[in-house]
Amino acid sequence: MFVFIVAALMILAGAVGVVVRSHPVHAALSLVLTLFGVAVLFVAQDAHFLAAVQVIVYAGAIVVLFLFVIMLLGVDRAESLRIDPIKVQRPLAVIVGAGLCGLIVAAVIEGRDTLRARGAGIETATSVDGHDSNIKQLANDLFSNHVFAFEVTSVLLVIAVVGTVLLARRPGKRGAADVADEADVTPAGVS
Amino acid sequence: MVAVVPTTTYYLILAAVVFSIGTIGVLVRRNPLVLFMCIELMLNAVNLSFVALAKKLEDIGGQTTVFFVLVVAAAEVVVGLGIIVSILRKRPRATADDLAELKG
Repeated sequence: MFVFIVAALMILAGAVGVVVRSHPVHAALSLVLTLFGVAVLFVAQDAHFLAAVQVIVYAGAIVVLFLFVIMLLGVDRAESLRIDPIKVQRPLAVIVGAGLCGLIVAAVIEGRDTLRARGAGIETATSVDGHDSNIKQLANDLFSNHVFAFEVTSVLLVIAVVGTVLLARRPGKRGAADVADEADVTPAGVS
Repeated sequence: MVAVVPTTTYYLILAAVVFSIGTIGVLVRRNPLVLFMCIELMLNAVNLSFVALAKKLEDIGGQTTVFFVLVVAAAEVVVGLGIIVSILRKRPRATADDLAELKG
């Protein structure tokens, strides 16, 4: 419970930080806080492989990509949050968000008994059979039931790399530096 | 210290709150980069509930789904940032309101 409370506070502080911080760099660093909190909760739920992938891919690759773009484009000036270009946008957004949250929480609480009827939920098959059983089970499932989706995913990554290189290339002269940068960044997503 | 074990319901409620914060961020913020970060926030909330339910229902399929979500999120961020870079290179102060030129 202690782990859950600390990780939940990390996640919520980071999430609020992403929304209310006016500086994009601060928002990106708040996102790192949230991602680490989610990784902690993954470990608490015996999803060790996903926790490692979460830290490597999200905190390691995606946030670095965000920071890279922020620094590269020089958009790292504070966005003024005082002005509200559309008058009712913010109150409406908060109302929509609170309503969405209320609806999902109501649905979860309504379905609590159904969920409780499905097994004890604390000691699961993902936590027995030695310390690396989680990654073995994941690999078994991935390479027996979802092998086609796995291969299609690799095609998707190749398409994303080629498309981004084409997008970021300056028309006319070859932007060799840009192409090299994109090629450097994208393989991290493959891991 | 209370010996209360957090149940799946706690995780699902936390995921719901984080998802809603991400939704508010997408609706409120105008910087396209911060919009992307809020979308990552929503994806993470969904991943959290997937893992919680995978543990509760003793089904590894939930974790497999999270794996695919991670890969697709990486590809999505790469393509989206490529588009944002090429737009911001032309008009450096573009906000989400100026991106209407993306249509057609």
